[in-house]
Amino acid sequence: MDSVIETQDLRKTFGSTVALDGLALTVAEGEVHGFLGPNGSGKSTTVRILLGLMRADSGQARLFGRDAWTDATDLHRRVAYVPGDVALWPNLTGGETIDVLARLRGGLDERRRRDLVERFELDPTKKARSYSKGNRQKVALVAALASDAPLLILDEPTSGLDPLMERVFQDELHAARSRGHSALLSSHILSEVERACDRVSIVRSGRIVESGSLTELRHLSRSTVHAIVRTPAAQDISTWPGVEDVHVGESGTDIRLAVDAAHVGEAVSRLDRLGLVTLTCEPASLEDLFLAHYGTESATGATTPSSEDAQVR
Amino acid sequence: MSTLTGTGTLLRLAWRRDRVLIPVSLLALTALSVGSAQATIALYPTDAEARAGLSGVLANPSVVAMYGPIGAENRDALSVFKTVLMGAVFVGLLAYAVVRRHTRVEEEVGRLELVGAAVVGRRAPLTAAMTLATAAVVGAGALSTVGLVAVGLDPLGSVALGVAWVVAGLAMVGVTAVAAQLTTSARACAGIALGVLGVMFLLRAVGDTAGGSASVLSWASPLGWSSRVAAYGDNRLWVLGPALVLTGALVALAFSLLDRRDVGSGLISPRPGPDRARDGLGTPLGLVGRLARPAALGWLTAFVVLGVVLGGLVASVADMASDPAIVDMLTKLGGSAGTITDIYLSTELAFVAVAAAAAGISVALRLASEERAGRGEPVLATATSRRSWLGAHTLYAVALPVVLLLAIGLAVAVTAHGQGEAPGLVPMLGASLARVPAVLVLVAIAVLAAAAVPTHASAIAWGALAVAFGLGELGATVGLPQWLIDVSPFAHVPPLPGGDFTPASTLVLCAVAAVTTGLAFAAYRVRDAA
Ligand SMILES: Nc1ncnc2c1ncn2[C@@H]1O[C@H](COP(=O)(O)OP(=O)(O)OP(=O)(O)O)[C@@H](O)[C@H]1O
Ligand SMILES: [Mg+2]
Repeated sequence: MDSVIETQDLRKTFGSTVALDGLALTVAEGEVHGFLGPNGSGKSTTVRILLGLMRADSGQARLFGRDAWTDATDLHRRVAYVPGDVALWPNLTGGETIDVLARLRGGLDERRRRDLVERFELDPTKKARSYSKGNRQKVALVAALASDAPLLILDEPTSGLDPLMERVFQDELHAARSRGHSALLSSHILSEVERACDRVSIVRSGRIVESGSLTELRHLSRSTVHAIVRTPAAQDISTWPGVEDVHVGESGTDIRLAVDAAHVGEAVSRLDRLGLVTLTCEPASLEDLFLAHYGTESATGATTPSSEDAQVR
Repeated sequence: MSTLTGTGTLLRLAWRRDRVLIPVSLLALTALSVGSAQATIALYPTDAEARAGLSGVLANPSVVAMYGPIGAENRDALSVFKTVLMGAVFVGLLAYAVVRRHTRVEEEVGRLELVGAAVVGRRAPLTAAMTLATAAVVGAGALSTVGLVAVGLDPLGSVALGVAWVVAGLAMVGVTAVAAQLTTSARACAGIALGVLGVMFLLRAVGDTAGGSASVLSWASPLGWSSRVAAYGDNRLWVLGPALVLTGALVALAFSLLDRRDVGSGLISPRPGPDRARDGLGTPLGLVGRLARPAALGWLTAFVVLGVVLGGLVASVADMASDPAIVDMLTKLGGSAGTITDIYLSTELAFVAVAAAAAGISVALRLASEERAGRGEPVLATATSRRSWLGAHTLYAVALPVVLLLAIGLAVAVTAHGQGEAPGLVPMLGASLARVPAVLVLVAIAVLAAAAVPTHASAIAWGALAVAFGLGELGATVGLPQWLIDVSPFAHVPPLPGGDFTPASTLVLCAVAAVTTGLAFAAYRVRDAA
């Protein structure tokens, strides 16, 4: 499997701010890759370096195996970009803007353009000045999705879309993937990433702290278990292997605990021995994973128990 | 909450943002009036000498069209002859810039909405902007008055000069306040306000030169009022009265328009446009051309109108040819050679060249303003190379002033055809083209600034033009040393029509412009663009 995006040890500082601190990101061909991280963690900076708009202080950034900085112009024929904060030319209409951006890239698919304008319910005759934030974003999305670029780089492309339009975006992203296209999707909307992405990378303070498919990531973190049993446990449950965060109700029969992926089976069979009445077992949500990496190092340990496991990688 | 709540806070914020622009402008304006007064006094120390020097000036329409009528036939009035009206225009521009910056510009980028959601009254932002602009206008008048008294000019007359400036400044505060309410775009607001300023200038140019009943036109223009104050002559301080009435009326109109509209909207609402881009639009050249087109057409119209006016005056200028006093005066002003018509046209072209440079600079600066507005990034993320994006801006920035200079040359030649000693079409176009290399040096500086340091590009480019203008066109009037004057590209322009063409200096200017542009391309290739 070839990678369409590959960065190694990317570093970038702005004055005294370290924006990227050895970032290594890989996006394979044909996958939609989620790019998550707290505000100011370096997502947009990474995107700008990938687009050859900024130059990394050191490290490598490659698209389709070619250098993102030196071959930028050539590479851009194969890349469509949607920024989160879309600024348009106030006195061009939305339709004109779509055409301009697409033609500057190297053309668009007429039929898809028509479909997209319709599906996103965009009035292309309006001057960009009078578009709302969401409509400005739709203009950029249509221009990107109507092109035949095999790689989409999307930096919070849906931050202004309503849920209906968000759904249209999801469908179109899915369609692009079925055409064999790849995408890097930076987003703060976790449900969107969960639904759209094959793999996810979580960035914090300029480095990737977690990367893998959602299933893999879930393996690294703990499931939460809620069980009601007949007889209270004889020993202290928190001494069971892999178990933490134990809460036992007054009667001793209502048990909540968190357990890491390797010990789920064992914990469940131990609970079974206490006479299971009901059992729910939930894998970590992306939100749990994500929260594990938010905030500072110290705060992480206190509020988000799964952080240690996650950082083993 | 009153509609003015928060004005004080906004005023402090606005002052903080303008704490360089306003003081520097005030000092430059004072230096202009005081410096040129001092130099004139050195040239004509007594009223008698002054009277001898200017006897013909009053009757010369070309000079009066540019600088307005003189306040009185004495030394003091002569010493501020060039700065009364020019200063008034600059004070008006300062007032315009401050008001627009803190109203429609803020609104267009959406910051006003942020402010409006805080505890701020509906009228507070406009009030704060107008207050700051008024303070700047009054400050300019007051500083200049103090400076002129200090170099020994009549105190009452100096106050009158301050009043002449304030009259124009206040009018532009009102005009810009209204313009800011009319449209949704800051650019259109600029077009309306500057257009009104241009009309005010033309009205009084016609009124001042036509004489007879047409001279009422001067009274229809606040810039005409500035001259009618007659500083160091009648000292009509009461002109401030009508100016205050007019400004009050404009402010009231602006407030009533403001009360009637939503934040971000205007009275003139945008019409729908085409749903597809035309073929030419999909290239960097096509896009930049389209974006710069409205402003370019505005410039072109202004230049053609100015050319017709200047050409129309050639006949009256030729009538003066027998008066040596005028020849003397014009030679001092413009430093040209040849017939009086040649001197006149050469002098006017020197100012025209500054305007042409301003047009080119404003196109070059689009590169930086587009980038800061976040519209450069999506373009550079397409298959548009940095070279072609910068190249497109550079091409238009170079082409526009060339076209403008040729257009005005053509307009003058056609209008003046057959009158007096009017130069033919070819010498006139040659004289226009002779200004191109100096203009291109300034355009190239703007291109370099926009390519290398986008955040400071405006300050650098306009600063360079101001310095070049100050040194090259006014340096001799103010009595600066020649080596300093020679720093300005305008100092190396051959005095055409009539004078000798100087190929060497022309080549040097072209080379400087080319090298500077080359540096711009080198700088733009390596920097972060975002
Ligand atoms: N042009 C710049 N100049 C100076 N500092 C910058 C610049 N661009 C980014 N930074 C800084 O680099 C860091 C990373 O910013 P970046 O925009 O990449 O974050 P992000 O992950 O995209 O955040 P968000 O989720 O808020 O979009 C921040 O500390 C930011 O302040
Ligand atoms: Mg970002």
